[in-house]
Amino acid sequence: MTLLHTELLSAVLFVIGLYGVLARRNAVLVLMSVELMLNAVNINLIGYAAFTDPGRVLGQVLAIFVITVAAAEVGLALAIILRLYRNRGTVNLNEINLMKW
Amino acid sequence: MGSLIAYSFLAALIVGGALGVVTSRNVAHAALFLLTTLAAVAGIFILSLAEFLALVQVLIYGGAITIVLLFALMLTRLEEFSNVRDNTQWPMAIIASVALLVVLVGAIFASRPSGAALRGASFQEVGTQLFTKWAVPFEVASLVLLVALVGAFLLARGGGNPGDDGIRDGGNRS
Repeated sequence: MTLLHTELLSAVLFVIGLYGVLARRNAVLVLMSVELMLNAVNINLIGYAAFTDPGRVLGQVLAIFVITVAAAEVGLALAIILRLYRNRGTVNLNEINLMKW
Repeated sequence: MGSLIAYSFLAALIVGGALGVVTSRNVAHAALFLLTTLAAVAGIFILSLAEFLALVQVLIYGGAITIVLLFALMLTRLEEFSNVRDNTQWPMAIIASVALLVVLVGAIFASRPSGAALRGASFQEVGTQLFTKWAVPFEVASLVLLVALVGAFLLARGGGNPGDDGIRDGGNRS
């Protein structure tokens, strides 16, 4: 395995996540796709940390912060989705048009 | 050579699981595909000699986030739970995704990534850096987690009276 493999895997995973974000209609499934994209970024960070960084830990530290923010994001987003479901009876993103003009 | 075989296997698991997440009709199956992908990403971390990240990945993603996502799925159970439909804009989504993939792969090959030999960082090195050079961002991250925790709790808790749960939706209730 080389840096090239890592980058290609990361790109493919990111693109699949992007497709999920754009095409899915259920808010929870969109959130899962966002997790895929964040994981793609982590793979890239770890790859660069292992292959090019002389200090070797910078990428890992950044990945730890990415994971932290991802955990916070999932918690908050799921709370918002639960509240939406309670108020509107749906988690279908096509029908959630509260903030549309 | 052995690491390349393991890497290919894990990459296939990751891509297959990710495709399952974005195409599965059943929401619960999508969550299980996501678990496969996250576990395989932990394997990639081990192959990249980042053992600490692999542990964190299994604990936080495999343990916490997947469980929380499954909880949300169960709590927002819909009639179309086992046969969820996609947006009508999915052809556009495919076009956009493939276009981005072409751009990314082109950029990767144009940049000709070349790395030195694979080198990992021990737990000790990561911990030392995290608590010396990165101590302030670390504390800020813990603050972010605390704020998110309190915010999620307040949002999800609901209000006192049924029907009046604290957030007005502008009389637009449908």
